[in-house]
Amino acid sequence: MSTITQPLQRTNDFVVKFANVNGSGSASANSLFARSILRMGVPASARNIFPSNIQGLPTWYEVRVSGSGWLARRGGVDLMVAMNPQTWDRDVAEVEPGGYLFYDSTRFIPRGKFRDDITVLGLPLTEICNREFTSPRERQLFKNIMYLGALAALLGIDLTEIDKLIQEQYGSKQKLIDSNLKVLRLGHDAATESLPCPIGLRVERSDQVGKRIFIDGNTAAGLGCVYGGATVAGWYPITPSTSVIEAFTSYCKQLRHDPETGKANYAIVQAEDELASIGMVVGAGWNGARAFTATSGPGISLMQEFFGLAYFAEIPAMVVNVQRGGPSTGMPTRTQQSDVLACAYASHGDTKHVLLFPQDPHETFEYSALGLDLAERLQTPVFVMIDLDIGMNEWLVDPFEWDDSREYDRGKVMTAEELEAGKDFGRYLEVDGDGIPYRTLPGTHPKRGAYFTRGTTRDPYAKYSEVGSVYIGNMERLLKKFDTARTLVPAPVVQKARQRADFGVIYYGSTSEAMREALAQLEAQGLHVDAMRVRGFPFADEVYRFVEDHPVTFVVEQNRDAQLKTLLVTEGQLNPAQLVEVLHYDGTPITARFISREIAARMDAAKVTPIKKVAS
Amino acid sequence: MTYIIKPKLHHPTLTPNALGYTRRDYEGAISTMCAGCGHDSISAAVIQACYELDIEPHRVAKLSGIGCSSKSPDYFLGNAHGFNTVHGRMPSVLTGANMANKDLLYLGISGDGDTASIGLGQFAHAIRRGVKMVYLVENNGVYGLTKGQFSATADAGSKSKGGVVNEDSPIDLCALALQLGATFVARSFSGDKEQLVPLLKAAFTHGGTAMIDVLSPCVTFNNHAGSTKSYDYVREHNDALNRLDIFFGRDEITADYAPGSTVEVTQHDGSILRLHKLHDSYTPTDRLHAMRYLEERKAIGEIVTGLLYVDQQPTTLHDHLKTADQPLNRLDAKTLSPGRAKLEEINASLR
Ligand SMILES: Cc1ncc(C[n+]2csc(CCOP(=O)(O)OP(=O)(O)O)c2C)c(N)n1
Ligand code: SF4
Repeated sequence: MSTITQPLQRTNDFVVKFANVNGSGSASANSLFARSILRMGVPASARNIFPSNIQGLPTWYEVRVSGSGWLARRGGVDLMVAMNPQTWDRDVAEVEPGGYLFYDSTRFIPRGKFRDDITVLGLPLTEICNREFTSPRERQLFKNIMYLGALAALLGIDLTEIDKLIQEQYGSKQKLIDSNLKVLRLGHDAATESLPCPIGLRVERSDQVGKRIFIDGNTAAGLGCVYGGATVAGWYPITPSTSVIEAFTSYCKQLRHDPETGKANYAIVQAEDELASIGMVVGAGWNGARAFTATSGPGISLMQEFFGLAYFAEIPAMVVNVQRGGPSTGMPTRTQQSDVLACAYASHGDTKHVLLFPQDPHETFEYSALGLDLAERLQTPVFVMIDLDIGMNEWLVDPFEWDDSREYDRGKVMTAEELEAGKDFGRYLEVDGDGIPYRTLPGTHPKRGAYFTRGTTRDPYAKYSEVGSVYIGNMERLLKKFDTARTLVPAPVVQKARQRADFGVIYYGSTSEAMREALAQLEAQGLHVDAMRVRGFPFADEVYRFVEDHPVTFVVEQNRDAQLKTLLVTEGQLNPAQLVEVLHYDGTPITARFISREIAARMDAAKVTPIKKVAS
Repeated sequence: MTYIIKPKLHHPTLTPNALGYTRRDYEGAISTMCAGCGHDSISAAVIQACYELDIEPHRVAKLSGIGCSSKSPDYFLGNAHGFNTVHGRMPSVLTGANMANKDLLYLGISGDGDTASIGLGQFAHAIRRGVKMVYLVENNGVYGLTKGQFSATADAGSKSKGGVVNEDSPIDLCALALQLGATFVARSFSGDKEQLVPLLKAAFTHGGTAMIDVLSPCVTFNNHAGSTKSYDYVREHNDALNRLDIFFGRDEITADYAPGSTVEVTQHDGSILRLHKLHDSYTPTDRLHAMRYLEERKAIGEIVTGLLYVDQQPTTLHDHLKTADQPLNRLDAKTLSPGRAKLEEINASLR
């Protein structure tokens, strides 16, 4: 089959995908590629698509270069860097018509393995490496830097930007810098000599990146916890959350030592399991320290009993949940938003928990600090709900901000002086009409304010009581407290369509960036949709009003069972027919193309909905 | 057998201690245990130990799991904060509480079901981390609160109330604590206040991880013939290896025990534990010896009680973490937030 297709001609607007083998050392070169484009002032975003394996299985890195500033996954590939023979066929198939394929031409590849409608660019990378280097590891690693040099030539990336990045990366290790720079040029020169450089895809210097930073959400969460004043962390390794604590640890080491004694202003313990990690958080929260843990779905499952205790005994605790593909081990290295219900109603008995849904690493930083405030203000567990896409991928986001006059909200903690002054202290006493009682910290006062914390029911003065009405009074107060939470979580963000719209769309978290682009795509087709981004649970009344105001609201989420929709229907007592689900759950980050296609199709279908027959 | 005769019950004295507190100030809510339950005697021993040590009750944080035993912290130190957590997972909660504020005294109360079954992992890990605490197991060999099932410390061959014979081997919590690196390991009997109170005092003044396994008969489900955790059985098989006095200050050190029959151990805080040895060969500062001794006596059906092991210079989790001197729960935003200027630098490094 041969098609005459013009090679793509695009400046600052294309998708490059690297197909590699896990463990081959390509991550560093691929990340340098994305960063060099950012250094040229051109917005770009990057996504890792990797297997649950250390070495040998296929892994991909996708970079979207977008002068227009669309940073979600677009879908489709304009230039495939095919370095993995295992996945050759599907990698080649993914290239858009007119696109490009870059590959290592050392090994003969039969003609039938290529496509006629794409431009094939081969360089004998292995051959050059084998000629230049003797050690197998160098041969392998430098192949990556070499294709980076070749891509710079093909796409017009300024080599000096990559040089600088390499120098920053290796710091004082001059030998490493020298050899990397040498190989980079080898690749660049080889491409310039034997390939039609530059190709139709180009990077041109611009000034669209500004002060934005390039960072992953887990690092942002760790840093947010440092700024938010977390002093205790108990944790257990699990992909994709582990790097939250790694970041917290490393920032604490840099930033959190007493200037006089050099001692640590934090305590981090790698627990024996998730049961212990949340137990530590609950113990520290009970004792007045800001504490958090980071985990993913299976960890959340193990923590259930403690969530019930913390909810009922009213103990602050914060969890950063980096969601992955479930259930069970499901797809541990792929992304989903599938723990929404598991967290909202975590544990036994009647519980409801506060959830925060940041859209990107910038908000993840903010909500991690905010979550610590809310946990103490509300004396309850708070879940910061990110996912692998936010957590483990680097995003181009606004720089972090911090107001130095900001005090931590330590909530209603009664002091020794207040107790001494004879204030009536009842641990579970409703005092201010917001459902939040006062607490005292252990060790506060010799004679007053001590109480016994337990998961069994008790009266407002913390005395054990199984009287039904006392239990109900307490449970009702907890609901009132949840109502107070409604006013404290971040309000939803609305983007009104330019024209009056009958359709609404609700979305949250990592879907946000793709949604922004999808809305523009829909508008370009004349399809107008009002959009609401939900940022916290319990939902603000505005959320329910939004649904009431639109005959049909799409709920876009990255899970199979429409979990946010379920939560909306249940909590708002909405008519499920009013909410139309749009679900993406193959484990890859949702794309703008997917959203706009699905919504357009449903809007089309809605137009031809027959008038209901009257039941006879 | 070297069982020590139960002392006459002391009436609660209302004489104030050095802090001006009377015993009343160390009491808690009225117990809801069955009359005669060993756990109540342990509560009384905790009260006495804290009273005699002039501990300020509110400086103690008492944490427990779930079980009859774990209810007992409600029945002493009413002016202390207590936390009845979840089944088997008190050690992690205590660890977290301790991380938050190293200035309080941490008393963990657990049962044998709570510790040796569901909580075995957390018990092990809190001990190996060196959490500074007194971890007290009220060990009755059964599940009291769920009505009489065997626990993991029930001896093989012992019988339940219904006559069922336990076939599984028991877990010896002292042996385990020794192996895991606890820096203070003791066993006692709820019916032996003379031994238990000084042990508790020694544990409270010990600067590291103190574990005390207290045999505490369940009168309702495990106090029959065939049980190896009944009052009668423990009295008959108790092999007390030492008895203990604890002294603060210099004068009292010059007491008059003949050399050879006592051994003195100075704790990290300067307090002195004087052990009246009932077994001449016993050295409580030798972990290996303690492990061997425990096994030897077990082999001949004896229950060793007393101070099995003490490390005079224990290190703790906070030492390992090198945490600041001020408790972490007292640090404010000014200390904890690295500030805006620093954040600008971090932003700059991410471009
Ligand atoms: C997760 C969980 N599983 C089971 C129980 C039921 N339960 C309550 S107490 C107990 C056993 C307590 O035994 P032990 O620790 O020996 O204390 P005792 O009552 O004998 O003093 C069990 C199994 C529970 N509360 N929580
Ligand atoms: S059931 Fe046993 S352990 Fe529980 S209170 Fe009664 S005697 Fe004590």
